[in-house]
Amino acid sequence: MKLKRLLAIAYKETLQIWRDPRSLAIALLMPLMQMGLLGYGVSLDVRHVALCVYDQENSQISRALVQDFASSNWFAVVRQLHNEAELRDAMDRSVCIGAITIASNFTRTLDSSGTASVQAIFDATDVNTTNIAIGYAQGVIALVTADFERNWLRMHGELAQTVGSVDLEPRVMFNEALDSRNFIIPGVVAVILGLVGAQLTSLTVSREWERGTMEQLISTPVTALELMIGKLMPYFIVGLVDAGFCLIAAIFWFRVPFRGAFGTLAATTMLYTLVVLGIGYLVSVRIRSQLGASQVALLLTMLPTTLLSGYTFPIDQMPHFVQMITYAVYPRYFVTILRAVFLKGSGLSELIGPILALVVFAVLIIRIAARSFHKRLDER
Amino acid sequence: MNSAQDEVVVRAHGLIRRFGSVVAVAGVNFDILRGEIFGLVGPDGAGKSTIMRMLAGVMGPDAGDIRLAGIDVVAEPERAKPYLSYMPQRFGLYEDMTVDENIFFYATLFEVPGPVRRERGAGLLEAAGLTPFRRRLAGQLSGGMKQKLGLVCALIHTPQVLLLDEPTTGVDPVSRRDFWGILYSLREQGVTIVLSTAYMDEAERCSRLALLHEGVVRYCDTPARLKQAMPGALLAVTPSPGTSARDVHAALIGAPCVLGLLLMGDHVNVRVDDAELRRADVAAWLIQHGIVNAEVCRIEPSIEDVFVALVGSQGKA
Ligand SMILES: Nc1ncnc2c1ncn2[C@@H]1O[C@H](COP(=O)(O)OP(=O)(O)O)[C@@H](O)[C@H]1O
Ligand SMILES: [Mg+2]
Repeated sequence: MKLKRLLAIAYKETLQIWRDPRSLAIALLMPLMQMGLLGYGVSLDVRHVALCVYDQENSQISRALVQDFASSNWFAVVRQLHNEAELRDAMDRSVCIGAITIASNFTRTLDSSGTASVQAIFDATDVNTTNIAIGYAQGVIALVTADFERNWLRMHGELAQTVGSVDLEPRVMFNEALDSRNFIIPGVVAVILGLVGAQLTSLTVSREWERGTMEQLISTPVTALELMIGKLMPYFIVGLVDAGFCLIAAIFWFRVPFRGAFGTLAATTMLYTLVVLGIGYLVSVRIRSQLGASQVALLLTMLPTTLLSGYTFPIDQMPHFVQMITYAVYPRYFVTILRAVFLKGSGLSELIGPILALVVFAVLIIRIAARSFHKRLDER
Repeated sequence: MNSAQDEVVVRAHGLIRRFGSVVAVAGVNFDILRGEIFGLVGPDGAGKSTIMRMLAGVMGPDAGDIRLAGIDVVAEPERAKPYLSYMPQRFGLYEDMTVDENIFFYATLFEVPGPVRRERGAGLLEAAGLTPFRRRLAGQLSGGMKQKLGLVCALIHTPQVLLLDEPTTGVDPVSRRDFWGILYSLREQGVTIVLSTAYMDEAERCSRLALLHEGVVRYCDTPARLKQAMPGALLAVTPSPGTSARDVHAALIGAPCVLGLLLMGDHVNVRVDDAELRRADVAAWLIQHGIVNAEVCRIEPSIEDVFVALVGSQGKA
């Protein structure tokens, strides 16, 4: 293997990536878009969240509060409830996604202590919608509180410390912890990288066949290994940039707590990127049309990353034989790693199992890919 | 003749290559000497590209041997590759890279040192008339310039054998002249050139030709000796103004003295067994068939005439 030849291939590939701004934009923006889509689920645009109201007090102030919810674009008050049983029933039958309960002593508590609570109960089956709805409810309450404060100021001429504030006491049903987002988002990074990474490299060899540049290339002394490493190098950088985008979005946009070490994250991400690029390259070597290669790469990576990686469907709840299959699915190991690094702050030594699994995958796939490429026009 | 000149650089023996039921190359043998420009001549589908690919080591034969500078190309294609350059029929360079970038890329793959690359590159670009276009993307060059760039990239290292598959197809006359200028100077340097062509006029420039038809080399010799080998002699029939060569061609079909006919645009080439005897016969036949004042004279055959006479099929004019 000659370093200069390898670098010439890498340089050539970089030029070609750079000169094709559309593909580059897709390569860099697609992951962010997918991050948004998968991160928010389908409830990207949450409006008119169905809300039931159980107003036990039915006073002027409580009715005004309900009106504030109803007149916001975010909520639609679909039903007034009259007892706990109705509330339970409405939630069970998904009449609404959330319910607001105002206690019968709401006004009195507010007047005497200057602060009172409104209880909001949300159905957290759809974690994303619930998260957003809670955010909206807090927004409504914040406006109400500001109003109270203004009124209080007008009436009393001074602002006491705890006057007229209303608290929202969010409570969620069916998913008490409400940590699904934190649980899912790190996995989403693994899914996106798994899909995008394979797409990136799936075209690199098939493009040469399609454009007719391969015939001349294979008549030179370049070796299959030089070709593979040289071609993978620039995509490795692109893949890491993509991974960086997704991880930054997870930490700063979705605000998933990050408790681990940056080094652990970087090292494992590089390892996984290698596996994923290797898969795409393998497909690219085997299939000589660009369209075919990209579709096969998609088909090949879709099922393992989305369904079998355990990023949203917990592996321990899968049928036993499916669980067995997931051991052969590389994304599951990175989902495990990311979750542990993010939420538990695990270091390399605690992750030795999944890391070793990924190393095995990387070595296997790269070896197979390197051997699959023959400098021949025909397959013989 | 000294022994260095007689050195066989490329040897093909018993080459066979099938594609399914199609036999593209059906048992081909030839020896090519150092410094020769060896032409594979034949119509589309004759098997030229398949032979070129096997010589370049990018396709394996079903049977047969190829030796290139003493290396067994069939068994060890990778060992032969540093010594050869191959220009495929379809443009094989990167259209989204500039002239200079393509040259740099191929120079590096052949491990050409930087100073050598710069000096050789500048000289080749100058000879090809490409110096003003060094920063242009290859995809934005004309057909002729692309082929010349292909040649520059193929020659940026010093190959012992240069394999060119229909290098001048679709190339303008000026670029073709540049192209051949470079090939002749290469021959001086002892580079062995194998090129394929469907252009018969171009074939005349080669030092030796293999006339290829349906995967078989029918004749292999110098252009001059091939012409001598053509049975009979050639007459050119030029019609008087007002009569078309096509009518002459039509009229001569079926004439008993005619061995072969080739429509050449403004005249018709007629092959006969004896020039002096048959001139009168042909003129008489034409008058009988209503074509008067046609001029009939003896000419030297071109490779195309030879090909038609020997192989019985026509290439591209
Ligand atoms: N890759 C291929 N697959 C199937 N048939 C082929 C292939 N390459 C060439 N052939 C067939 O082999 C014959 C010779 O082709 P080729 O060597 O390309 O001829 P030429 O270059 O003289 O036009 C043709 O009949 C062609 O159709
Ligand atoms: Mg051809």
